[in-house]
Amino acid sequence: MSVLGSINRNIKSRLAGLGAGQLAESDDDRLVADLRHALSDDRVRFDGAERSLLSKDASVYRGGVAGPTCFPISTQEVQAIMRIAADHGRGVVPRGAGTGLSGGAIPLGAPIVVALTKMNQILDVDLDNRVAWVEPGVINLDLTRHLVPLGFHFAPDPSSQQVCTIGGNVANNSGGPHCLAYGVTNAHIEALEVVLPDGEVAMLGGLDPEPAGLDLRGVFVGSEGTLGIATRVAVRITKNRPAVKTLLLSFETIGDAADTVSGIIADGIVPAALEVMDQRITEAVENYVGAGYPKDAGAVLLAEVDGLAAGIEIDARRIEEIGRSHGATQVRIAADDAERALLWKGRKTAFGAIAQIAPDYYLHDTVVPRSELANVLAQVYEIAERHELIVMNVFHAGDGNLHPLLLFDGREEGVLERVHAAGREIVEASLDAGGVLSGEHGVGVEKQAYMNRMFSDDDLDHQDRLRRAFDPGCRANPGKVMPIGHSCADIQALRSVPTGVWG
Amino acid sequence: MTEQSRALVDTGSRLTHGRAVIDFAEEVGAEGPIAVVGGRTRWEVGGLPTVEPRLVSAPSGIVDYKPEEMVARVGAGTTVGELNAALSQHGQRSALPDRGGTVGGAVAVGENDRDVLRWGAVRNAVLQVTYVSAEGKVVSGGGPTVKNVSGFDLPRLVVGSLGTLGALAEVILRTNPLPAVSRWFRSQANPFDLYDQLLAPSCVLWDGSTTWILLEGYGPDVDAEAGRASEVGALTETEGPPDAPGPRRWSLPPGELRRFALDCSEPFLASIGVGTVLTTVVQDRGSSSPAVAAVHDRMKLLFDPSGRMNPGRNPEVR
Repeated sequence: MSVLGSINRNIKSRLAGLGAGQLAESDDDRLVADLRHALSDDRVRFDGAERSLLSKDASVYRGGVAGPTCFPISTQEVQAIMRIAADHGRGVVPRGAGTGLSGGAIPLGAPIVVALTKMNQILDVDLDNRVAWVEPGVINLDLTRHLVPLGFHFAPDPSSQQVCTIGGNVANNSGGPHCLAYGVTNAHIEALEVVLPDGEVAMLGGLDPEPAGLDLRGVFVGSEGTLGIATRVAVRITKNRPAVKTLLLSFETIGDAADTVSGIIADGIVPAALEVMDQRITEAVENYVGAGYPKDAGAVLLAEVDGLAAGIEIDARRIEEIGRSHGATQVRIAADDAERALLWKGRKTAFGAIAQIAPDYYLHDTVVPRSELANVLAQVYEIAERHELIVMNVFHAGDGNLHPLLLFDGREEGVLERVHAAGREIVEASLDAGGVLSGEHGVGVEKQAYMNRMFSDDDLDHQDRLRRAFDPGCRANPGKVMPIGHSCADIQALRSVPTGVWG
Repeated sequence: MTEQSRALVDTGSRLTHGRAVIDFAEEVGAEGPIAVVGGRTRWEVGGLPTVEPRLVSAPSGIVDYKPEEMVARVGAGTTVGELNAALSQHGQRSALPDRGGTVGGAVAVGENDRDVLRWGAVRNAVLQVTYVSAEGKVVSGGGPTVKNVSGFDLPRLVVGSLGTLGALAEVILRTNPLPAVSRWFRSQANPFDLYDQLLAPSCVLWDGSTTWILLEGYGPDVDAEAGRASEVGALTETEGPPDAPGPRRWSLPPGELRRFALDCSEPFLASIGVGTVLTTVVQDRGSSSPAVAAVHDRMKLLFDPSGRMNPGRNPEVR
């Protein structure tokens, strides 16, 4: 049974107990009328195609059919939507670019979808405080492109940075290759203006280093839309790197590459990035972009050091030595910015490159202690082989953040069951090695059922309390993150599910 | 570490708790007001206890330290000095400020180290927390790896909560490598120009007339940074910055320090680019907005319905 299948069955059985029934058509009509009155006719959509389209994000999960989709252009409009949702007893799902990989943006229970893509203005770049105020729909790479001429950039750089939004980065506490040295999104958010589920507007955090009160900003980042909707974000901007050196190390085996990564960290070096690609993905990437990656190497390690000129020379030399002591067959150092850009293009387009091998893929995301990388990778290959699946590994090795890619053809009978079974075993293997469920994709609906494998009931009970302090009615992105049974109010919010959407 | 604390007890989560944590949970219990005592170095932050609480002490000792993973699991009652001494044997350090207090105290108060530009904020260094709840149960949040987005962020909720949501028992912290070279410099040049000119200072302090700069890293890079700074104004190597002129700690947006200096008639030491100011008078920090206060109140009520955890202290009042 697939993970979502089991979740859906759980929800279904509970819904039956609560007497959930068919929502009257006129309820939807009244809701749409209220929303159109608050926004405008053209920015509230409720046609079949839109609702069906928004039942998916970039994950393999499909939710129910979306309720009305709103495209607000101001905090006041988001506030109005939130209040109308409360009046109508409906859930609210925020949505950015829809690039999420854990099903965090899919609608459960015909909620109002709040698409924040029209709130896409860079409001202010404040060099005195080294922050930029942006709306949530600003695209990650657009922000950095805006900042670079000023001598700054936004450090988190997820692979989807060409399309993903800052609001999505906040919701998922996104990472990326350069988070090894610079930290994930949470370390780069200074303040957040949010609309709480009751419609109140709150400013969380602040531009000062130690704002009074609980760190509600830190708690909000990574909460996957379950605590409210961010409408303005103050992101920390980071000085551009004075010097950079990028190395490509080739190995006969992925184990050697993984051991090199452990060796580098153990040596006290914190590079800007340490990315590993196995032979299959390296070959696919090379065919796709022609970056000069060695197709015959068992694995490659892309290492980048940045900072001050002398230090990066010392660290680069040390990385080369450590690599060679672990059997590196070739060490190539990017000669210039063009060569570096090409190497990174290969890494960042890896997921596009696999289309030549199989039509579908399932990208996993777990974290293990760095010293366990080689061990868990060996298990990942064994698991995939046993389930007759092709697996490719391209991952943020410096953080121990694995991203096994299971390739398949969705038209093949029964293949999804095998994909999910293999995925489940990969998660278990990661947890057994002392790892965690997710490094950067979040829990969404994908990892809900695993939460109680990592946390005790008391642990989850406190996470649930945290959530309810923001959202007593559990109407913000209902049915996500917390496993079923830990947040009964979520089920209340799902009462209005039209029958049949869970099939 | 005592033999007793090595015994691990399975409580259902994947994290097994040491006997010392279980004993601490029994000590905290489920009834009556309690306050956790650390080094009493920041005892007055957020207000003094209003009722006479039972005083308890968290377990101490380093439970597990993996230098090659750059993480350390440590009892909340361990002193920061002891922790950093153990880490320094492997060329590392934590982000916690060492003022003679404990790890638990530093996390509960949440104030950053003076050299926060190098070590990072405390809130970004706490990977996992284990605390005893108001109901006397052992609760953990976060995870042992340097990167983790599994579920809600209890560690960030606990940092700076002054022990009002739970009694901190144990934390997992990320560690950082120590720099090869640390050198202080002094200058009479404009501190804001100096800060803008430098690529990676660890600390820039200003008392209204003199600026102290801490440069760290590989020797040649420190030389080069000092060279860059001296393009703004002459630099002299010095032993270190002066002592804080007062016990009061302000938190200002770094862009407001210029104006602060003009308005302030008391002696001060301001951290340029950070916004922390040490001085003699108390900062008027205003009060939370009604919306934020409502979330605070609900959080406290949900985590500690009877108000027994560190009564009298309020993280909103600093």
